[in-house]
Amino acid sequence: MATVLEPTTIEATPVPREPALMRRPKATTGFWGWVTTVDHKKIGILYGVTAFIFFLVGGSEALLIRLQLAQPNGTILSADAYNQVFTMHGTTMIFLVVMPITTAFFNYLIPLMIGARDVAFPRLNAFSYWTFLCGALFINSSFVLGGAPNGGWFGYAPNTSITFSPGHNIDFWVFGLQILGIASTVGSINFIITILNMRAPGMTLMKMPIFIWMALVTSFLMMFAMPIITVALFLLMFDRLFGANFFNPAAGGDPLLWQHLFWLFGHPEVYILILPAMGMVSEILPVFSRKPLFGYPVMVISGVAIGFMGWGVWVHHMFATGLGPVAVSAFSISTMFIAVPTGVKIFNWIGTMWGGSIKFTTAMLFAVGFVAMFTIGGLSGVTHAVSPHDRQQTDTYYVVAHFHYVLFGGALFGIMGGTYYWYPKVFGRLLDEGLGKIHFWLWFIGFNLTFGPMHLIGLQGMPRRIYTYDKALGVGWLNMMSTIGAFIIMVSVLVFLYNALVVTRRQPVGAPNDPWDGRTLEWTLPSPVPDYNFLEVPVVHSLDDFWHQKYTEDDSGRLVKLSVSEAPPSDIDPHSIHLPSPSYFPLVAATGLPIMAYGMTYRVWLVAIFGAVWLLGGLYAWALEPSAEPHDPDDDHGPADAAELVGATAPALGAGPGPDAEPAEPTATDATPSQEGE
Amino acid sequence: MRLSPTPARRARLGAAVLALLLLATGCARETMPQDVLSHPQGPIARRLEHLINPVFLIAAFFFVLVQGLVIYAAIRFRRRSDDEAPVQVHGSAKLELTWTVVPAVLLLGVGIFTLANLFFLDQQPKGPDVVQVDVIGHQWWWEFKYPQYKITTANELHIPAGKKVAIKMTSTDVIHSFWPPKLAGKVDVIPGRTNHMVIEADAPGNFFGQCAEFCGLSHANMRLRVIADSQADFDTWVADQTTAAALPVTGDAAAGAALFRSKGCSGCHTVDGYSAGLVGPNLTHFNSRARFAGYIFDNNDEMLRKWLRNPPAMKPMNPNKGLGMPNLHLSEDEITKLIAYLDSLK
Repeated sequence: MATVLEPTTIEATPVPREPALMRRPKATTGFWGWVTTVDHKKIGILYGVTAFIFFLVGGSEALLIRLQLAQPNGTILSADAYNQVFTMHGTTMIFLVVMPITTAFFNYLIPLMIGARDVAFPRLNAFSYWTFLCGALFINSSFVLGGAPNGGWFGYAPNTSITFSPGHNIDFWVFGLQILGIASTVGSINFIITILNMRAPGMTLMKMPIFIWMALVTSFLMMFAMPIITVALFLLMFDRLFGANFFNPAAGGDPLLWQHLFWLFGHPEVYILILPAMGMVSEILPVFSRKPLFGYPVMVISGVAIGFMGWGVWVHHMFATGLGPVAVSAFSISTMFIAVPTGVKIFNWIGTMWGGSIKFTTAMLFAVGFVAMFTIGGLSGVTHAVSPHDRQQTDTYYVVAHFHYVLFGGALFGIMGGTYYWYPKVFGRLLDEGLGKIHFWLWFIGFNLTFGPMHLIGLQGMPRRIYTYDKALGVGWLNMMSTIGAFIIMVSVLVFLYNALVVTRRQPVGAPNDPWDGRTLEWTLPSPVPDYNFLEVPVVHSLDDFWHQKYTEDDSGRLVKLSVSEAPPSDIDPHSIHLPSPSYFPLVAATGLPIMAYGMTYRVWLVAIFGAVWLLGGLYAWALEPSAEPHDPDDDHGPADAAELVGATAPALGAGPGPDAEPAEPTATDATPSQEGE
Repeated sequence: MRLSPTPARRARLGAAVLALLLLATGCARETMPQDVLSHPQGPIARRLEHLINPVFLIAAFFFVLVQGLVIYAAIRFRRRSDDEAPVQVHGSAKLELTWTVVPAVLLLGVGIFTLANLFFLDQQPKGPDVVQVDVIGHQWWWEFKYPQYKITTANELHIPAGKKVAIKMTSTDVIHSFWPPKLAGKVDVIPGRTNHMVIEADAPGNFFGQCAEFCGLSHANMRLRVIADSQADFDTWVADQTTAAALPVTGDAAAGAALFRSKGCSGCHTVDGYSAGLVGPNLTHFNSRARFAGYIFDNNDEMLRKWLRNPPAMKPMNPNKGLGMPNLHLSEDEITKLIAYLDSLK
């Protein structure tokens, strides 16, 4: 043994030139630039564009649903096709649209808003995106491979068992969601570590932008929630593939176990979907009201409180399952009280607008629309907590109305507002405001026409998830209204597409750095943002630091504009900033997952094993590839290792800047180096 | 949000919305057989309505308050000049405490009423007067058993008006949910578990219901009807149901009875004294029921003929996987005879 470890042997070995396979790719533009990128901004754009394409897919599925239900006894879709379409509409909108779009915002904005050059693990970030894409394509490939999942996005056992769903439909769902779960878990860990470790000097937790707070809470929820659904899917996989009986009552299993696991994931998931939008709205309202966020500490605490309480309400999805009055009463009460921090947020948003100087840009219209519409979803949510009456509401269109007011009236309104707000920072062009306002009003009217009547449709007794309904129910005309509304939403989305893809692209790139008179650090940067983000890492002195560089308050608290002296040009050469090198291996590793999934779906075990080996091979090469091109003069750090963690000015892992920490003066050496090891 | 600038326009908008709501709820009176907003038809459903109505009112108050504040702020504080320099308010502990505590107290009140009703509704009625019914969910039809009378029927639940009916429910396959909205809220019907619910109708009547938990392909076609009879009518119904129809000995009906066996119908359907299949609905008194196949088709010769020609074409089912009735490829003559037999099962 001793001879093997003898140091002289190692020193004597000449450093071999890296084999071609192990060299880092160099392209930063064009096709290979995108495929191998580890830049959080490019990955953010990839996430956003992919998710938007799936928004069009999920939206088309919604239109099919509405066409089928426009009249009683509809014949547009067969029962089986309808069940596939409503299952995929829910699955797509949750896992392939809202979650990845918020991930896109997190990716693009977290480093910019905390003054970092990238996320903590750039290659892991790329892996997260490619895994998401692979999962999304895998699950949608089922449409052309014999039938999409048809057990509902909630996949209740035992309907999803091999006995009652013998086709491959459910297998695609089981494996697709497992892949997507990996993407979300990996992404959330990356964001948590980035936020906790890579904030600019001086940015204590309570000086973080509220959006970053919501991103942090969301990421924690994701990190804890995704493993739960993964466990549930794993059990279902064993039931379906290997004859296990976790959910089979005939063999002592329990179908309700699935519901507990699913909703223990599923309810925090609701907050995963809505908290980022709350964060965006909390950034937009102050900017266009020219006032700080009303009660920032309370907004932070209520967001965190929602994050905690979100774990204690899952049984309100199960009030009709016969759990007994003791369990039901506990969860009725917890569900009512989660409305308290939510209500606080709503009133604080109104407080932000109150007495302000409100400019109704499109972004602001969407943000105010969010406050108004989300309130409606919140109020109907409280009525669900009245558990005896929930037995009249649950599984009807009243619930469909409720959660669309939360997820469309909430999440999507916030996301649209965020899109108009940050678009110039990302693409260097301002979206056309005239078309934006047409988009907003069509969207607002279409949304209310689609989902408003659903409250009545549900209370008049129409259950969910039915492909046909009896004329005798008397809800035909309300359903027709709802269908018309859905097509108005479609028109509004077309207006947005026309705006983004045609009108806005006619302008030259050249949006100002700070088009909205913003408050947060990203508005100090050029639009679009250069690869390296910050030439010099900023030093933060207060919440809304950028705002306080521009304005101050007089004795009566009124806003006073400061004369801003032009900062002297920095003497830092952008080329000297060392950025993480691109890599093929996140993509290579990610593609192993769908190969495994196809093998498992079709029970061709060799293919599954091949996929696993492919994945491991990708991870192995990822671990071994050099941090940059060999012989790169900048690269004197040796092979990639945990050095990924070392950010520009980041303190050591786990030690964010303390509340009283004196912001360190940036020095030249602080500002120039960047992520090592990538 | 520059909403309707003139008060007149706003008033007109308000009137239109109000009219729409009145129309919607007005229609509910007669034409909305599953409506839970108004006109509950039994004491349990009425209790639920009384519980939720004040909550809807509180919600309506907060709706008006929040929307009013948003619209007021949007109009009152809109930017009129780019030089505006608003007072920088960072928060207000007093206000924030108010809108934390006030909703919390209100919700506590709602919570107390919720819990009181929850425990009240969980009570199981006892005594000889209580009619016991076993509800068994199947893909995609309902089986109803009356252990006190030894009756088995499908999709049509007869109960005596004014009496408490104690229901025990379970499922043979996937999860269903039993929901007669005019009488009570839904309770899930879960394989391997026994759930309970109580229903009661104020007066004789015909009450719609349907499966409310997604249960696969034909979930939409799993409907039911609760028929509340006067005590006398209910007693007559019980007497009829407990007397098996005589096996026809002549004509088409007799030939149909023979086909019922030779074509395999008897393998899935029970007719007391004649066959003992347990997969499909019990047909002993098939002709006493107004509708069939998950209560979606009128029980008449024309619909039966269409059904027997090709059941999966009439109602989505998956007979290849053992779910639902297969196409038996019957000739028109065979169908005529089978209908004659089914008609005899009064």
